[in-house]
Amino acid sequence: MHGFGFDLAHMLAGGLVLVSLAMLYQDRLYSLINTLAVHAVVLALSVAWQARIQDAPHLYITAVIALGFKAIVVPMALRRMVFKLGIHREIENVVGVGLTMLGAIGLIALSLVVMLPATMHADPLAREDIALALSVVLIGLLMMVTRRNAVSQVAGFMSLENGIVLAATGAQGMPLVVEISVAFSILIAFIVIGIFLFRIRERFDTVDVQALDRFRGEQR
Amino acid sequence: MVLLVLLCAAWLLALAFGSVPVARREGASSVVYGASLAACVVALLAGLLADGESVLVLPLGIPWLGAHFRLDALSRFFLVIVDLGGAAASLYAIGYGRHEHEPQRVLPFFPAFLAGMNLVVVADDPYTFLFAWELMSLASWALVMSHHREPGNARAGFVYLLMATFGSLALLLAFGLLAGTDGGYAFSAMRLGASNSRRAVLVLVLAMLGAGSKAGLAPLHVWLPLAHPAAPSHVSALMSGVMTKVAIYAFIRIVFDLLGPPDWWWAVPILALGALSAVLGVLHALMERDLKRLLAYSTIENVGIVFLGLGLALAFRANAMPEAAALAMTAALFHAFNHMLFKSLLFFGAGNVLVATGERNIERLGGLIHRMPISAGAFLIGCMAISALPPLNGFASEWLTFQTILVSPQLPQWTLRLLVPTVGALLALAAALAAACFVRAFGIAFLGRPRSAEAAACVEADRFSLAAMGGLAGLCLLAGVFPGVVIDAVAPVTKLLLHGRLAAQTAQPWLSVVPIASRNSSYNGLMILLFASASAMVAAAAVHRLAARGVRRAVLWDCGFPGLGPRTQYSGASFSQPIRRVFGPLAFRSSETVEMPAPGDMRPARIRKHRHDLVWEAIYLPLAQAVAGIAERLNALQFLTIRRYLGFVFAALVVLLMAVAAWQ
Repeated sequence: MHGFGFDLAHMLAGGLVLVSLAMLYQDRLYSLINTLAVHAVVLALSVAWQARIQDAPHLYITAVIALGFKAIVVPMALRRMVFKLGIHREIENVVGVGLTMLGAIGLIALSLVVMLPATMHADPLAREDIALALSVVLIGLLMMVTRRNAVSQVAGFMSLENGIVLAATGAQGMPLVVEISVAFSILIAFIVIGIFLFRIRERFDTVDVQALDRFRGEQR
Repeated sequence: MVLLVLLCAAWLLALAFGSVPVARREGASSVVYGASLAACVVALLAGLLADGESVLVLPLGIPWLGAHFRLDALSRFFLVIVDLGGAAASLYAIGYGRHEHEPQRVLPFFPAFLAGMNLVVVADDPYTFLFAWELMSLASWALVMSHHREPGNARAGFVYLLMATFGSLALLLAFGLLAGTDGGYAFSAMRLGASNSRRAVLVLVLAMLGAGSKAGLAPLHVWLPLAHPAAPSHVSALMSGVMTKVAIYAFIRIVFDLLGPPDWWWAVPILALGALSAVLGVLHALMERDLKRLLAYSTIENVGIVFLGLGLALAFRANAMPEAAALAMTAALFHAFNHMLFKSLLFFGAGNVLVATGERNIERLGGLIHRMPISAGAFLIGCMAISALPPLNGFASEWLTFQTILVSPQLPQWTLRLLVPTVGALLALAAALAAACFVRAFGIAFLGRPRSAEAAACVEADRFSLAAMGGLAGLCLLAGVFPGVVIDAVAPVTKLLLHGRLAAQTAQPWLSVVPIASRNSSYNGLMILLFASASAMVAAAAVHRLAARGVRRAVLWDCGFPGLGPRTQYSGASFSQPIRRVFGPLAFRSSETVEMPAPGDMRPARIRKHRHDLVWEAIYLPLAQAVAGIAERLNALQFLTIRRYLGFVFAALVVLLMAVAAWQ
């Protein structure tokens, strides 16, 4: 079991966590989107490898969806959106990179501590996968909480979803329909968020979500 | 047999849906109530004739679990209670329902309510049980709200809904604890599960909260006197007479069947709350002038008596005294059965009065016995039965309860030995006050001169209503004269739950009831009936023979104050005043102030009475204020930014994960 297949799967999942961490300190939107694309590529590789070692050809479809949709279509759309909104030159103030990174490391530790004992009797491959997937999800959530720019929040949301897909493919026997429906719901969410971004922009001339707070008469 | 009961329930549910489109049509109510009557009679026969156990698993509800149904001795007994009460209410409603102004608010929910109660008693897994329980609660809530524009009814419905939700939550948690971490979600699995003591205590508390709140056990009774009278009278009869019994069934099922061996001290809170309910309920009933609320308060008293019996049964069972436990359980179940009979009967009577006069206030009634003689006669039998007068059924079951109390010195624990006689004294007090209460209810409402024009102009109710009342009155008499039959019918239940039973009573000579041994005590209803009727006939003959022949009508001597109107009669308030003076300061913190005008002043003197509902003020008002206060504080959470909400979600997730990590 602890052969090459295990090592590579482990490495790819770990790589996903690493890219997640890298996303946390990107202060330019374009580089953030590029990192998101890398994130999706690593996910696609990981899923494809899972498809190979689990002998589950339908996972290749998931991998293709991840590669085509998340690594190419979504970043391109985001790029276009950023360009159209005219915020591609903006530098986002990422507050406390060091603190955020420390928090992220803490989250990774937490998810390992929680998941490894909880999945004691599971297949070791799935165990590692799920623990790392949980840390990807938590880091995505952390990103959504710490960022102010709506585009960065979308990026955080997308990376969170990648973590869910990683967990789903790591467990054997997850039906294809589940993955497709997850991908589809993400697509819908993406469209809705995109429309909202433009609406917010139309009204407030910015996509900094603090503008919304100001609009509601609340100063932080 | 259980299949037959399920078919009846399905028939009732179909009726509930089918009656929606036609509810406003002429004659729809007769058809719906007639069909409900048929279903209840079939289910009643199934309960009476079934033997042994029958089990059925249907592929409904939660996948892989299914819906389990089972008809054992306990279910059968309560099935008889439910369907006898249901049949009587349906028969009554064929006549009573014609006076309903908005039948579309009543007709669909009545069969659904019956179906829910039928399903509760045959359910054999928590999911089915709670589903049926909620069906019963929600259908009855809808019925309470059927006259929602009348003052007070909307509040009654709200309080009822809150308490019902709370009770269901408690039962849900109780079943969750019984199922344990392995998730044995069927009653059969729970029965086998080893219960650890601390968990069992928690289940007991939750069962008392869940079933007790539905049954009206003090101090969880507050919704009952609001909600029961608010419904149409045939539904009030069902709620008071039958639904409280379903709650008692739930308590017995959980505590005696599923929970495993008890500790002796479990009986202490049950006995205490039972006694409290009995006394508090009847005191409130005595002060009440709304006839239906009076009956609802009296329900609390009777539920208290039933819980007393159950507490005693638990105490005896914990001490491995199966015969005594069987006696206590028999008394409790017999009283539950009797209460169904006479409380339904009394609510039917109150319904007839309401239809005939439009009044529920007994201070505006009077003299109804002349205009509604049959209703009055049946109501009188109900009053005598609930006041525990021999030879009626109420006496038989309360006598059995007292017999159980007399056995209690055999208990080894001093706490119980001291507590049970105290409780017995309270029970005796409650019984005496109940008699006073129903003398007052009957005397003020039905005797004397009419106190209002409506009361003077009323007419007797229709045939169906009277038939239902007559049937129940007859059953009250029969169960009182032949209590052995009912006691023997309970024997399989006590055998199932307590592994003990009373000696077969129908085999006793001269139809006597001998619960323990004939040298201790025995009771013969038939003998008392014969003696009472014979002595009454002799007395009547003597009076007729010896009294003056001619009847002379003359003007009343009015002490020189002419024009004595009906308002000068003895009133309900004046009847209960001595008791209010004695118990009021303690039970209600009541006070009276008299405003006496100065000499020469033409104002009338006034007496003002103040009465507090201590349970409501001490428990429920602070609770409501606390909830409102917390809600006010949390109001700020409604106006946060998206990022803060996300932050809360994130923080909650991290905290929970850390809790999981620490717990492992």
